[in-house]
Parts: sequence; C-alpha cells; structure tokens
Amino acid sequence: MAVDKHAVKKIARLARLQISEEKSELLSADLGNILNWIEQLEEVDTTGIEPLASVNEHSLPWREDLVTDGEINDQVLKNAPETAGEFFVVPKVVE
Amino acid sequence: MSALVSGRTGDWEIVIGMEVHAQVVSNAKLFSGSSAVFGASPNHHVSLVDAAMPGMLPVINAECVKQAVITGLGLNAKINKFSVFDRKNYFYADLPQGYQISQFKHPIVGEGEVQIELADGSSHIIGVERLHLEQDAGKSLHDQHPSKSYIDLNRSGVALMEIVSKPEMHSAEQAAAYIKKLRSILRYLGTCDGNMEEGSLRADVNVSVRKPGEPLGTRTETKNLNSVRFIMQTIEYEVQRQIELIEDGGAVTQETRLFDTTTGMTRTMRGKEDAHDYRYFPDPDLLPLNFDDAFIADLKKDMPELPDEIKSRMVTEYGLSSYDANVLTEEKEVAAFYELASAGRDRKITANWMSVELFGALNKAGIDLAQSPVSPEQLGGLVDLISDGSISGKIAKEVFAEMFETGKDAKQVVDEKGLKQVSDEGAIISMIDKVLASNQDKVDEYRSGKDKLFGFFVGQVMKASKGQANPGMVNQILKQKLDT
Amino acid sequence: MSDLLKMTATQAVFSLSQKEISSIELTNAYIDAMETTSALNNYVTPTIEIAKQMAENADKAYAAGSAGPLAGLPIGVKDLFCTKDTQTTACSGILKGFTPTYESTVTSQIWQSGGVMLGKLNCDEFAMGSSNETSIFGPAVNPWSAKDGAALSAGGSSGGSASSVAAGSALMSVGTDTGGSIRQPAAFCGVVGLKPTYGRCSRWGIVAFASSLDQAGPFTRTVGDSALIFSAMAGHDSKDSTSASVSVPNFSDVVNSSVEGMRIGIPGEYHMDGMDDEITRIWKQGRSWLEQAGATIVDISLPHTKYALPCYYIIAPAEASSNLARYDGVRYGNRVDAETLDEMYEATRAAGFGEEVQRRILIGTYALSAGYYDAYYLKAQQVRRLIKQDFDSAFNNVDAILTPTTPTAAFELGAKISDPITMYLNDIFTVPANLAGIPGISVPAGLSKQGLPLGLQLLAAPFREDRLFSVASAIETQAQFSLAPARAAGELS
Repeated sequence: MAVDKHAVKKIARLARLQISEEKSELLSADLGNILNWIEQLEEVDTTGIEPLASVNEHSLPWREDLVTDGEINDQVLKNAPETAGEFFVVPKVVE
Repeated sequence: MSALVSGRTGDWEIVIGMEVHAQVVSNAKLFSGSSAVFGASPNHHVSLVDAAMPGMLPVINAECVKQAVITGLGLNAKINKFSVFDRKNYFYADLPQGYQISQFKHPIVGEGEVQIELADGSSHIIGVERLHLEQDAGKSLHDQHPSKSYIDLNRSGVALMEIVSKPEMHSAEQAAAYIKKLRSILRYLGTCDGNMEEGSLRADVNVSVRKPGEPLGTRTETKNLNSVRFIMQTIEYEVQRQIELIEDGGAVTQETRLFDTTTGMTRTMRGKEDAHDYRYFPDPDLLPLNFDDAFIADLKKDMPELPDEIKSRMVTEYGLSSYDANVLTEEKEVAAFYELASAGRDRKITANWMSVELFGALNKAGIDLAQSPVSPEQLGGLVDLISDGSISGKIAKEVFAEMFETGKDAKQVVDEKGLKQVSDEGAIISMIDKVLASNQDKVDEYRSGKDKLFGFFVGQVMKASKGQANPGMVNQILKQKLDT
Repeated sequence: MSDLLKMTATQAVFSLSQKEISSIELTNAYIDAMETTSALNNYVTPTIEIAKQMAENADKAYAAGSAGPLAGLPIGVKDLFCTKDTQTTACSGILKGFTPTYESTVTSQIWQSGGVMLGKLNCDEFAMGSSNETSIFGPAVNPWSAKDGAALSAGGSSGGSASSVAAGSALMSVGTDTGGSIRQPAAFCGVVGLKPTYGRCSRWGIVAFASSLDQAGPFTRTVGDSALIFSAMAGHDSKDSTSASVSVPNFSDVVNSSVEGMRIGIPGEYHMDGMDDEITRIWKQGRSWLEQAGATIVDISLPHTKYALPCYYIIAPAEASSNLARYDGVRYGNRVDAETLDEMYEATRAAGFGEEVQRRILIGTYALSAGYYDAYYLKAQQVRRLIKQDFDSAFNNVDAILTPTTPTAAFELGAKISDPITMYLNDIFTVPANLAGIPGISVPAGLSKQGLPLGLQLLAAPFREDRLFSVASAIETQAQFSLAPARAAGELS
C-alpha cells in the first residue's frame, strides 16, 4: 500500500502532528515500506476467525458506586502548563 | 401519519431522529471514584483518571451498568448480555484522554420503543435504535478571557446514556412529545433526573426533508439542545431552511450545526469542517461487559411502574378520563402525589380537585408541586369532607383557598370558620318553611306552572343557611313541599 | 566494596538479615557505582537522597524485625513507571519535567516490600524502540564491549534497566515488555529478564504504550533473584481492569525444583533464514542442557510465528496512537504555544514526540482510520488469535518452550536506527509471547565469539511463571554464565 503525501497529511492532521512538506515526503516512503511489509498478513487465511482484542479470560470487574476520589484539584492542576484560578487554560476555542 | 409541509414545489415530508444524552443517576463517575454531582468548584470533582494522567486506568461503576439495563427494560428494549467499550478518538480541550470511552459496535441495549400521545388524541410508537453507555466530556468556558478558553473537568467521565431513536418522527410536535415522554420514563425509573437546564438531558436532533415517497434526504445534526422549546424551534427552522435551500436549486450539506438560543436559528459549527474519523476500536484497558439473565431478572423485579402502566390503571381501575390520566402521569411527582391523595377515597373527585384547583393555585402562585402548601393527605382530607356531605363543593373551594393560604387541614378550616354543611333535616325544613311563607306569591306562580322558580327557592334557602345547607337535601325537601 | 556489588539479591537479603552488612552500606556502594558507570547513561533521574532515606528505613526495619522481603535492596526503575514526586518522563521530550503525584502499583509494592529506589532508568521514548536510541536522553550503553571496542546498544526499550543490573549500578531493576522490551535487552546485557503473564502485574501508574500487550517485569542477575522480586511485584489490583485475580505463589520456592520429566518444546519455525550460527549453536546447547537435566525435548510447531511481527506492528501502534492522544499540552507536559487550540496541539506534539514515536502514531492512526480498519486492525486481531491458538495447542503437549531470545547478540549503537524494519526484526522471537499474553524469561546462556552475551528464552502457559523459573534455573546451573562486562562498576562475579 503506497501512502501518498496527501494521505500522510490527512493522518498527521487526525493525530494532531504538525509535519513539514519535506517530512511528509519522507514519511510517505517510510510508512509505505512499513505497510508493505505488514501486508504479508494477507497471506494468512483468517476466514471465520474471531478477532482477539484481549487475552484476558476473566470478565470485566465492576466497582461499587462510591465516591472515593476527587477533591484533589491541587494534584490535578499541579503539572499544567497554564492555569487560571482552578481552571486549565488553552488558546481560545471558537465553536 | 406524517404531517406534510408545503413548499413552492409541493409538499415535503419531514424526517426526524434524535440522539438523547441522559446523565445516569449515580454517586460516582462511570470509570472513576470521583463524584458525579453537578455544581462543584472547577476541577474539584476530578480524579487522576478523569484528568487522564499518564498510566491511569478506568474501572467501571456497577451502578451505571444497572441504570442502563433498567432504562433498557423501561424502553421495552433488548438487553445485550455482552457489550463492548470502544474508544472514540478525537482531540478537544475538554476531552482529556483524547478519546471518549463509548460503545460502538456492541451497545448494552438494543432496539426498543417509546409510545407518544399527541394533542389530537392520536398515539404513535417511536422506535429506539439502541442505548449505550459513554463518558461525558468536561466543560470549556469561552467567555472568561479574550483569547483563552478555560477548562473545567468536573463533568469529564460522568456516565451518560446515549439513547438513539429511529428516524421515525415527522413533526416538531412529535419530537417534543418523544423527548417529554422519554424524560418522563427516565424520571420514573430514577435513572436520569431529567434536568434539562443543568444539562442532565440534552438532545442532538437530526432533520431531513424529502418529497413523499422519495428516499431519505441529506440530514443535518444540531447539537446539544437542552429544552423542548429549542428542539421544536430547531426543527421548524431547519425544515424551512432545508426546503428553501432545495427549492432554490441548492443542496443540503450533511453537517453539524449549532442552535442560537437568541435568534432561534441554527448555523454551521465552526472548527468541525474536518471530516470526522473517530477510529473506534475496543478499549484495551477494559474487557467486554458481561452479565447473566439472573442479573437482569433481579433488576426487573424492582422495576417501578411506568407512566403508561399507571395511566391505564387510572383509566380502567379509577375510572379517570384518558386526559386526566395523562395530566396526572406526565410527571412522576404528580402521579405520586395523586396516588397518595386519592388512596382510599373518591379517585375521580380527587383527580378533579388536583388538576383544577390545586394546579390552578400552584400556577397562580408560580410554585411547583414539591412546594405545595397543601399536602396529599390534606387534599385527601378535603375530598373526604366533600364525599361525606360535610361541605358542599362551593364551600370546599373556600376551604381550599384557606388551606392553600395557611397550610391548615380542611377539617380545621371548616371547624374554625363554622363552614360545616347543615344536614339536619329539621333545621332545613324550618328554613324552607320560612322561605316559602315569606314568598307565598312565588309559591303560587310556581304551582301554576312556572317551574323555573325552583332555582329561586333553592337560592333563598341557601342564602338563609349562609351556604351551609346540604344542597341535595334542600333540593329534595323543597321539591316535596312545592309539589304536594 | 566490590564484594557488596557481587552479592545477588538473595545473598544480600541473607547478609542484611544477619546484620553482616547494612542497607546503607549496600546502597552507598550502588550510589558510587552509579557514579563510576555514568558514561553508560543508565540513570536519567537518580534519586540519591530518596535511596539513602529508604536504606535507613530498611536498616531500622531489620533492627525491628519487621523487614519486608526486599528490604534494603537497591533497585532501579524504568522511567515509564510513575513515581510520586520524582520526575517521570517516559524518556520523551513531551513529558520532561512531569512530576506525578502518585506512585505506580508495581513500584509501590516494591517499596512496601522494603526496596530502595536508586533512580529512574533510561529507556526508548514511550518504550518504542529496540535499542534505547529513541530516548530524549540519548541511548543507554551496554556495559559489554565488542572486541573492536565499539559502543554497543543495551537493547530496548528497557535498555537502562538491563545495563544497570549488568554494570553493577543496580542490584535489580524493573522494566516493561510490550514486544520484547525486557527480554531483548536482558539478553544483550547478559542478565535475567522476565516478562510475566499479561495481567500478572498491575499496569496502573505505568505510562501506557500498548495496553493489551504491556507488562511490567524484573531484571536480575540470577533466576532466584527474579523469583524474589517478582513475588513482590505480582498480584491483583482492583484499579486495573485487566489485572488477573490469580493467587501469587512464593516463586522463590520453585526455583531449583527439578525439570526431570518436564516436556520442553522446540518450535521449528524459530529457525530463521540467515540466523546467526552462534544463535543456533546456543539454542542447541540449551536443548542438550535440559536433556541432561532430565527433561524430554519435543519438536513442536507454532505455524503463525512468521506473522507475529507484522501483526504486532499494527496492534501496538494502533493502541499507542490512542494512548498517546492525552499528551496534548493541556494538563501536563511541555506545551508549544500557538494561536489556536489545534495549532497548539500540532506544534506541541510535533515538538514533544521523537521521530519513531511519531512514526508509530501515524501507522496506528492509519490502521484504525476509515477504510483501513478491516484490512489492517481487524486482520491483525484475527492473526493474533491464530498466534494465541498456536501456543494454546503447544502447551497441551509441552510444559515450556525453548527458543533463542534474539536473532543476534548486541549490535553497535547507530547500526539499525535508520531502518525501522531491520530494527523491528530484533523482536521476532519475543513478540509472539506478548500477542499471546504468555510469560517469557530470558536467561543468559553463553558468549558469542565476539565475547558478547547470548540469551535463551523460555515460554510457558499463562500464569505458569513457576515453570519458567525451574527450567531457567536448570539452564543457569549448567551454563555457569559469568557476568563480566568490560565497563562494569567492579567485578560482579
């Protein structure tokens, strides 16, 4: 599978990674090679095989509906690059 | 069934589907132990999991699973004993993980239905496509700073049920009836508080138009509507906009729109111009959600009665009109009030007094039922006095007004004011005799055929008794005396 | 002092409990070793003061008779584990300066058992790499040198964890293994590296790479030490939904138990074209050691082995692309300011993530995107099931599987970094265990002609780490491997 520059830009945009024109060309070749190599999976007959998302065999554990956490806003905000009062701050979002 | 809208080029059919986000009633969030309660200081109801700190992991809250199943049962829906949590990947300032944990391919609840009644008395079944559990996002505040947005993650991770209808509604009225009914069911079940102002219940509305018989038109999705009125306004505006657009030779673009509450119009949501590609995949931090039939049966056992069931009971057992039953069951609190007030006494009289006098007084005072100065037991006490003939309907109104004013019991008001109805036959006869004696001319006129004068005599007797004579007895004795 | 460094953890616990040595002495010896081996670039954040404090506490615990099983033992921690009040970076620019307010479950269990934290160890950025060269701090260096003296890779991603234990600057260390990140560097550095069964050790508080594959595990100089520290690391954690509710035996009891009568599988598919003769030789050697120890050798087939790597390179990047979305410069980490939110995200992530991490995010995003999901992600999940089924049927027939850990001995720094696929091929023997969720251990078995360590890998059925320990100790006994890297802090054996 060739991944053209346009496709690289599209996925970079989805992944929120800024990439230069030059880099998108390099990546186009790079990703193309890796995906070509990955495509050997096509040789495997997987007809009727249920996809495996997790090797765990137990069922999802449930927690009780108790408030056991929160009220730690100092910890929550501690590593933030920018805050105002008790808020996180980001560049203005226009909806 | 569908109401058509006429345009320049002929009639149009409206097709509406709704995605309702209902906040699950629970103490803690869907995947963390922080409080789900509304209204804390910014970022106080936030755990390290909700803030998506590195290495933090989700663990599901059992109560949220139960609430989703109960809701599914209340919608007569298929409950899926196997469901899967997926990640819906997108970037947004109030989405700390960079993905929302939701359910995509395998929701916890499958197809169900909601029955709605319209003003014309018709009733319709609106199909529910699915219900799934997902995380709420945080909140961005855009009005605090000229060039910054402020982020509060208190809502981040609160459990939501997304309830997706089938595109089976065809008018704003139907859509309004659907959301009202859905809200009522959720409130009866206790799975969502239904508070639209606080955002506990909000809807994304999909609208498209088509010529009757044609395939579905392109739809727009208007996000985050938090009142019935906004939903109706959105539909009306979108329908007009889309019809005009198409009739002018244009085409509807499939897009996300926002409703402007000040103008009543919708507009394209900026910043959403990128085609979305959410890259759903099973959340590897979680495992499939499994439960057995016994779990469902247990929840079923404790299911409260739902409005439709209560309504039909009110009609068949209590003999109420369908209209009264509707009014009394729309809100869970009203039905509960009524059941208490009417228990063991005349159901019809109680229904009447509640829907006319009590609601009238509450309305006038601008308060709701929860703040009513007259309790269900007190209203019942008033009905008792009417039923046993202690007071007349007319006196009862006076008594009720006093009860509403002072919060006193009916009996106390009657006693204090001496309003008890006179049912002593001797006393009534003597009053009648006096009235007849002092109006001999009218008695003669009556007897010579002027029947209409009967009312005059009744009035005179009631006046003489200061309204306290038992009107039934007055009627009966008068008739005897005059007709013999 | 070098006597202190020579002790295994098991010996040290004994000496500490006999009051022959103090934890402060032992810890100071390691702190000195950290200094003398600093050129190996193993520690990215040393925690000397914490170490001394913990050592003092351990000495008090011994005095009070309340010492835990790891009391007083100096331990290094891969910088992927969140450590309370100590910088945790995942060796990424995006997290430089990040100081967690919480401690990962695995490390807190180690400290509760009395372990002494020496510092945070170098690794590939977000554990993505096989040579430790993607670290923002530069590569950890292997204490072993090639005959020509060239600097060798310690392997990756847990390069610092392996190198420090081999070089004598940590008695033991912890790392994580997503596709071989414990076993491959252990083999490169001549130490024992254990990847436990998926679900054995809690993932809570470990910076996630690929959630369905990540597992924490220990690096030690002996199999006995591995069992000792692993017993403290393992156990159910209600904060991790994928953590297994399986009881944890005292693994130290099973080390040295006999392998007589055990059935050991040799998978034919692990004979790769162009594989080093030396690797084939050490594999055969391992086989005959186990035969001599009384085990039965069985030829087995794991038919989908060849597809494990490409399968892994869909699943791991797909999960990573989503796991790394949280690094957006809003709540922590380094932000690059910009006018709009999206520009801020894009600039922050482009500046904060290194090249390999960005490459994997892009592959993962691509594999999950509309139109490619079925062809890549779903297909990979199906192949993953086939790989797991291969192991399931193999373990119906054998108790453990013996393979080489890596296709080569340690390579020179810089040799493979420019070619991603060549680099990925390093993990060809280790990746299948992660996909199947089974435990694996790498045990040093001998030296190459170049004088570099070679490792053998043992695999067992889920939650049968006990079998790994008994078979690995049989190999250890026969191999008599001598840990003598040129650039160690002192003589280690």
